[in-house]
Amino acid sequence: MKRRKLEELFFRSLMVIATVVVGGSFFLIVGTVFIKGAPYMTWDMLTKTPGGGFYIGKEGGILNAIIGSLYVAGGATVLGLIISIPVAIFINMYMDGKKFLSNTLRAAFDVLFGIPSIVYGAFGFLIMVYFGIRASLLGGIIAVTLLVIPILVRTLDEVIRTVPLELRDAALSLGATRWEMAKVVLRQIRPGILTAILLSFGRAIGDVASVLFTAGFSDNIPTSLHEPAATLPLAIFFQLSSPVEEVQGRGYASALILTIIVLGITILAEILIKKFSKHNI
Amino acid sequence: MRLLKDKILSKLMLVFTLASVSLLLVIGIGLYYHSIPLLQKSSWGELVTSSVWKPLKGLFGFYPFIMGTLWVTGIAIVIALPLCLFTALYIVEYAHARIKRILVPFVNLLSGIPPVIFGVWGVLFIIPLIQKYIAPHFVDYSTGYSVLAGGIVLAVMIFPLIVSIISEVLRTIPKELKDASLSLGATQWETIKNVALRKALPGIVTAVVLAISRAFGETIAVLMVCGNNAVVPNSVFDPGYPLPALIANNYGEMMSIPLYDSALMFAALLLFIIILLFNIISRVILTRLERKLIG
Repeated sequence: MKRRKLEELFFRSLMVIATVVVGGSFFLIVGTVFIKGAPYMTWDMLTKTPGGGFYIGKEGGILNAIIGSLYVAGGATVLGLIISIPVAIFINMYMDGKKFLSNTLRAAFDVLFGIPSIVYGAFGFLIMVYFGIRASLLGGIIAVTLLVIPILVRTLDEVIRTVPLELRDAALSLGATRWEMAKVVLRQIRPGILTAILLSFGRAIGDVASVLFTAGFSDNIPTSLHEPAATLPLAIFFQLSSPVEEVQGRGYASALILTIIVLGITILAEILIKKFSKHNI
Repeated sequence: MRLLKDKILSKLMLVFTLASVSLLLVIGIGLYYHSIPLLQKSSWGELVTSSVWKPLKGLFGFYPFIMGTLWVTGIAIVIALPLCLFTALYIVEYAHARIKRILVPFVNLLSGIPPVIFGVWGVLFIIPLIQKYIAPHFVDYSTGYSVLAGGIVLAVMIFPLIVSIISEVLRTIPKELKDASLSLGATQWETIKNVALRKALPGIVTAVVLAISRAFGETIAVLMVCGNNAVVPNSVFDPGYPLPALIANNYGEMMSIPLYDSALMFAALLLFIIILLFNIISRVILTRLERKLIG
């Protein structure tokens, strides 16, 4: 009897320890980045582009990378939405009675979701070579769009499935065409679309491997689609590989900026998901 | 008119759907097409088993990189699986609703952190930890940049994935089964051991398979802490050079050396095929599991 109680106690403590480690790793990561990055945070980091000699520790900031990342992530999310909304509607509303087909399509998007970003980056690079596009904002947007399409389709698909079937049937029975029904459903899932946008944007802004080949890097804020664009994760990576202490420190500060942006987006998405699921139950 | 609009839009959506799904095929074909120049020179077998990497002489052996990937992924799974399994068990079987409400969002937040931040954390925290405190107990000297560092960082990155899949699977186990075990006088842990874990086994396998495929493709975080040395690692404190890091590190010079671009695309193709296979395997297990639960 005693042995069984001990066994229970032992494994229970193991579970608590494991939970503390897994849950604590989040604080460890954010804490480390904050402690190392905060001393180097200055207003200039956010508001200035790199000046001459920025990479040997002279003045400037990473505004170029912040704006570049916003352009790439924003462009990719918009393009991705234009493609994903029709796909999600099609899978859910135009494939009645073809359950096998729609499930196969869902599985395909799940697999696409699992393809690592470096493969998307390499493939995006091939597309660019094929069409003769140089490393540029456009190239980055193309590669990242490919990356976010599966995320958007999966999220939208899940959201559309939460809409009660009765609502669709009601629309159809009133003589609406399937497209008119889709419009009704789209209006219903507006917060869900916003969640999908946030998730996709958060993923897009933090990804390096896909923009590495495709977006290039530049100290200037891009003014056209054909100019190379700096991105925040890449800026962090470059600054960290510098031997100069000041530059490394600013790399930590850049990491802090990215962390704050991404956490903000994730928290917002979490809140929206909670709110959304409350409305439906 | 309305019906026509519906027809046209439906065709348009079909095109969009087919186009984005065929991406899977197009990526595979595109990467294969660009690997052909390399494959004409040497066979698949040679490329995968040779460990000589001398791009300037036209020698491309991927063995060290494949081993680097396997080491890092293996270490990550060994660290992450027990931790995540116990965490999932705690969240599902033991934790109060209040603790759950606090805990689950943090696991989700962890999954939102970008890879490069994990890399920064690895450089700032894990590398010094290994260099100063762990390695000296086992080897004479280590810079800290090692497959162990890559494995630890990867392990933390796949925490959310494994925890969420396993806890979802645990939740599907009928309460009656557990109650039956408990009412026979089994302790909670005995119930978990004999009922829950046995029932959840296929789900746990799926989680591991998905986590492996995720870990395989992770690039930047691993690149930052692995040391990137093109030799086969012999111990966890040796540096390694995983496939994705190889692609990411050399894109700059790939246009200037003949066959180099082809070799990098071949590396991407390898990754693509491995991950495709793993995803399909996990999908098959999951569908079987679902069918069993329904039928």
